[in-house]
Amino acid sequence: MSTVLLIFCILSAITLATAFLTIFTKQPIHSAIYLVLCFVSVAGHYLLFNAQFLAVVHIIVYSGAIMILFLFTVMLMNLNKEDEVHKPRVTRLAAGIIFILTSLVLLAVFIQTKPIVGPYDETGVDYQSIKVLGQVLLNEYMVPFEFASVLLLVAMIGAVLLSKREKTEKN
Amino acid sequence: MGNILNEIGIENYIFLSVILFSIGVFGVLYRRNAIIVFMSIEIMLNAVNLLFVAFSTYHQDAQGQVFVFFSMAVAAAEVAVGLAIVVSIFRNLGSIDLDNLKNLKG
Repeated sequence: MSTVLLIFCILSAITLATAFLTIFTKQPIHSAIYLVLCFVSVAGHYLLFNAQFLAVVHIIVYSGAIMILFLFTVMLMNLNKEDEVHKPRVTRLAAGIIFILTSLVLLAVFIQTKPIVGPYDETGVDYQSIKVLGQVLLNEYMVPFEFASVLLLVAMIGAVLLSKREKTEKN
Repeated sequence: MGNILNEIGIENYIFLSVILFSIGVFGVLYRRNAIIVFMSIEIMLNAVNLLFVAFSTYHQDAQGQVFVFFSMAVAAAEVAVGLAIVVSIFRNLGSIDLDNLKNLKG
């Protein structure tokens, strides 16, 4: 087993285990911490692909911004209680069955089609450095890039409006 | 370090993404806490992003990575609005138990 494959296996084990722990831990704050670990291991996968730009952006956006939002929400609402009621047993059983079926069906579809995976030919052309990504982003995807800024602005305004306390209802 | 897919194989990444996505689906169905449901949605988004990057490397094409970049922007916006909705639900109902949101039930 080569070193790269070993690294991949360890990273995948961390990713899957922390994803499961995110769902199964009782306290929301522990879930958030496990989710950070999951995101960091996904960033490790990106580094394994040598996609440095995406790895850094992934760390900044997910482990930075999104997790701060989650942690702030959990702490703001004082939700860190362990007395959450479980769903009824039938629902949990159905959730488990759906988990097994989804993964089995998707894996079986992939295995049964027997895709021909050709050898990975390396052209030697640089395709994922920041320079090339920036050129693709600002030439071909200029309009979506601008619309992304509009989307973020609208999301910001919407978040402020939604979470603002309404004066007429509260006292 | 260029021939990473020769050593690992694209199918391993497909298996990993499928299992990660299924874990996300499982989390949405299993928990009642709205915040954990949001985290499960993030896990699903991450699974798809990982597969995008894998195939971008497989085809040696930068467009997959640009798409992942956009998907991250949308995920950030989605989480901001979603958590604002969760906060407002908490103000109105006093809990974020998803099973309590029965106002639209006929």
